[in-house]
Amino acid sequence: MRWPLLLLALLVLGILPLFLPWLGFVFTLALAKGLAALGIALLLRAGLVSFGHGLFFGAGAYAVAFALREPGRGSQEATLLLLLALVVGLVLGFLVGLFVSRYRGIFFAMLNLAFSMVFFALLAKFYHWTGGTDGLRVPTPTVMGLVLERNVFGEVLFYASLALVIGLSLLLHTFLETPVGKALGAIQTNEVRLEYLGIPVQRVILLTYLLSAGLAGLGGGLTALAVGHVVPELAYWVASGEFVYIAILGGIGAVPGPLLGALVYELIRTFAFKYLAYSWQLLLGTTMLLVIFFAPGGIWMLLGERRQRVASK
Amino acid sequence: MRTIWGIALVALVSVALAQRPAEIRLGIVTFLSGPASVFGIPAKNAADLLIDQWNRAGGVSGVRIRPIVVDEAGGAERQVAEFRRLVLDEKVDLVIGYISSADCLAVAPVAEELRVPTILFDCGTPQIFEERRYTYVFRTAAHAALDSVAAALYVLKINPDLKTIAGINQDYAWGRDSWELFKAAIIALKPDVRVVAELWPRLYAGEYSTEISRLLALRPDVVHSSLWGGDLVSFVRQGLGRGLFGRSRVVLTAGEHMLQELGRTLPSGVIIGARGDHWFLHPRTKDDPAHKAFVEEYRRRFGRYPVYPSYHMSQALLAMRSAYERALRDTGGRWPTREEFARAMVGLEIKTFTGTVRIREDHQAVEDALYGTTAQTPQYPFAILERMLLLPKDLVMPPVGVKSLDWVRTLRPEVLRQVPDPR
Amino acid sequence: MNPLLALFDGLVYGSLLFLVAVGLTLVFGVLRILNVAHGSFYALGAYTAVILGLWAERALGSGWLSFPALLLAPVLVGGILGPLIERLVLRWAYVRPEVLQLLITFSLFLVLEDLQKLVFGVQPYFLDRPLQLLGAVEIGGVPYTRYQFLLVLVALLVLFGLRFLLRATPMGKILVAVVADREMAQALGVNVGRVYAVAFSLGVGLAALGGALASPTVTIAPGLGAEVIVLSFAVVAVGGLGQVEGAALGALLIGLGRSLAVYWLPELDVLVPYLVMVLVLLFRPVGLFGTVEVRRL
Repeated sequence: MRWPLLLLALLVLGILPLFLPWLGFVFTLALAKGLAALGIALLLRAGLVSFGHGLFFGAGAYAVAFALREPGRGSQEATLLLLLALVVGLVLGFLVGLFVSRYRGIFFAMLNLAFSMVFFALLAKFYHWTGGTDGLRVPTPTVMGLVLERNVFGEVLFYASLALVIGLSLLLHTFLETPVGKALGAIQTNEVRLEYLGIPVQRVILLTYLLSAGLAGLGGGLTALAVGHVVPELAYWVASGEFVYIAILGGIGAVPGPLLGALVYELIRTFAFKYLAYSWQLLLGTTMLLVIFFAPGGIWMLLGERRQRVASK
Repeated sequence: MRTIWGIALVALVSVALAQRPAEIRLGIVTFLSGPASVFGIPAKNAADLLIDQWNRAGGVSGVRIRPIVVDEAGGAERQVAEFRRLVLDEKVDLVIGYISSADCLAVAPVAEELRVPTILFDCGTPQIFEERRYTYVFRTAAHAALDSVAAALYVLKINPDLKTIAGINQDYAWGRDSWELFKAAIIALKPDVRVVAELWPRLYAGEYSTEISRLLALRPDVVHSSLWGGDLVSFVRQGLGRGLFGRSRVVLTAGEHMLQELGRTLPSGVIIGARGDHWFLHPRTKDDPAHKAFVEEYRRRFGRYPVYPSYHMSQALLAMRSAYERALRDTGGRWPTREEFARAMVGLEIKTFTGTVRIREDHQAVEDALYGTTAQTPQYPFAILERMLLLPKDLVMPPVGVKSLDWVRTLRPEVLRQVPDPR
Repeated sequence: MNPLLALFDGLVYGSLLFLVAVGLTLVFGVLRILNVAHGSFYALGAYTAVILGLWAERALGSGWLSFPALLLAPVLVGGILGPLIERLVLRWAYVRPEVLQLLITFSLFLVLEDLQKLVFGVQPYFLDRPLQLLGAVEIGGVPYTRYQFLLVLVALLVLFGLRFLLRATPMGKILVAVVADREMAQALGVNVGRVYAVAFSLGVGLAALGGALASPTVTIAPGLGAEVIVLSFAVVAVGGLGQVEGAALGALLIGLGRSLAVYWLPELDVLVPYLVMVLVLLFRPVGLFGTVEVRRL
């Protein structure tokens, strides 16, 4: 029942921006956050909640901005820039993951938070390198060597994001079916037992962590290109909290969940901000409380079989 | 019979030629919430006042203005997204806005990409037009060079034996540029001055006790600050309680806008900049009928005197109106395109409530500078300015094509002799 | 440059941090929930104190009334919002997994951010009457407001007051028991639900106290809560979750670190709290005073 609905949603998603370019921009931002939320969802499967993925999101965004800043030394090509954002996320994720993957529970969350806030503080304070709290401009890059009009670039970026998201979702779906992927869900039940069964828990967590960081980095790169400006707030703890919010809103039971969550979140945010300039957070907060209490499997679960709602983690 | 057809044809043609849009959709972006709203609300008030006045009289060249107001809060990234929303969703014809230099720097390139005439009405970083050229972006007020150079000149006139200076400025483009320019100007005009501290609190920090401790311990002769909005109010209050204003001469380059806010608590002897020549008791134009009418109407409607954010907003609106009128003349009555409007802005010289403003070919405006020292008097429940100094545009703004910092470094002490003593 | 001045500034800043963070650590200790909305109560305390103080002066004529307003505000906020939120929202969170608990309090934060705007408006407030009234006194040639001393005094009072409460009063001992072993306490007849409500209200009240006392020294505007939250997390992580003395040490360390940075390395002052947090979490994850929790299989 859900999958035809999903396909219909994708179709609508694909066609609307052609008529309403403003929506295309909003959807691009949503897809970028959805990628980060996907990464969060992966970790959540292992029972690990990160309140610090803004670090990778921000790093990906600023990597793109830095690369575009040096016309001679950096790159001007969108495909390479997005690749850069992904790689920066993966590498940084690996490095941070080496430390973080040894922690569990609240300590995992707090260490992630701490790292991301250190990064935020660095971005905000080193005015001469990072533009400080003003941030950096991200000029329009070329696409496959072509120089595009900003409007056209916006549309191309949207479809590229859509394609990336669909492709990565399929990849992730496959990953979750592998032994490593299945091990993820088992980790939070009993790690020691898993170790005895021969599964290298630490390495699985590290792998998952760096994958989630890569996704967040890519999301940051997309955001940088879509908005045309990067600011330290991309790495702030509230941004990290948004990713967790989106993951749970959409539902972490299946891969499309976080993406659905991202779309709903961004739509609410944009339209609520337009009409309820000072109440949109109230709306988002209330929505989440309702979801947690009445539909803890998220929107994805709501759309599916009701009996699945009973099974809790 | 033929005459009737003839008249009908002429009527039709003239209607087509004089085709006006139903309204001018004007995006207005200013701080409506948060610590910066102390600054942003006076700007919005001025916009409301003038737009209502003009609409009642038929609008700009016969077309009513429909303002669409957006809160500038939320940071540069949010503002870029909001700008896109204004253009793509609300379909505005032009945008007047942006107080924070951070937002100006972020929005200007986007405005250029989307080809929407945008008038930056207040932000002060010189970087905007010194780093690149624009077709659609304009600024109808002067920038930090004016504030810093005028401050340096005034300070040296008041305190010719100055030995040490310190700065406390917000850590972003406006604060950084303001201090660098002031420091360079003072040193160019009096090379033996020493800098004892450079403090960089975060924008919207709101709490300055540690920085104030340092300033109190170091006792510089002059403390320079470009703090504005709620941050400035907090800094002044916190500094007052600890005697900062007694130990050092404090220069507040953006100080004029919070004189009313601080009421009787602000001591005499503080040097205040007006970001241009905007002061409701301007020595030359306070009795000018248009100025008086504006001040009185503003006071009647909002219960306060207008401050420089209000004047800056009025300048932007006046420039917009003049540009439309000029563009209409150039097109022979046809409503101008955005490009034609933009072209008509260049070289515009308009009379404002306090003086005149000229928009140069690099789209940057120049205006005169006013500085003064606070004095508490019985006539007003807040400090007013005395010992005022009016400095002409060309003395305090760099020429076209020259970066502010480079220009400031070429100043020579002889310039001080050209400047009259403050009266 | 006199380093003693930096120390005093650090002490003042640390006192404020302690006041805000101790409520957070207490709530975690008892309820085992990390309250992301903690900073919102700080902000509500500040707003309430300002409104009460401004009203008191206008309606009743004396600026000195702003002091009782500073103390009344946290009582109101803690006494009203504490039990309300605990019974209406948190009660459903206890049985839920950790991530949902965090999200519940995060959502609470979002809701309260906007409620603040709706109730108090979006314009900034300033209340410096308490600062003015107490005047200044010189230390080492630098004037400090007596109010800053008051902050340190109140922080010390709260620290010793809490220690006394937890060790010497019946309610305090019950709280400690619940922290140590909830099930056993329940088995012994403790009404854990009521304990949770009391602990949470106390935590909220302490956060509001921090906000109220900070209000004369900061600009009170939307967004006040967001930054305080993550600073509180830093203090609590450094000191050890659930440890009152730990919160004091953590606050002191971070406060001193920050003010020393302003004096010697101004570029790094924002960095210090989080750097300290990272270092402590890496080398002693349970915090400086934290107790190691035995892992159950």
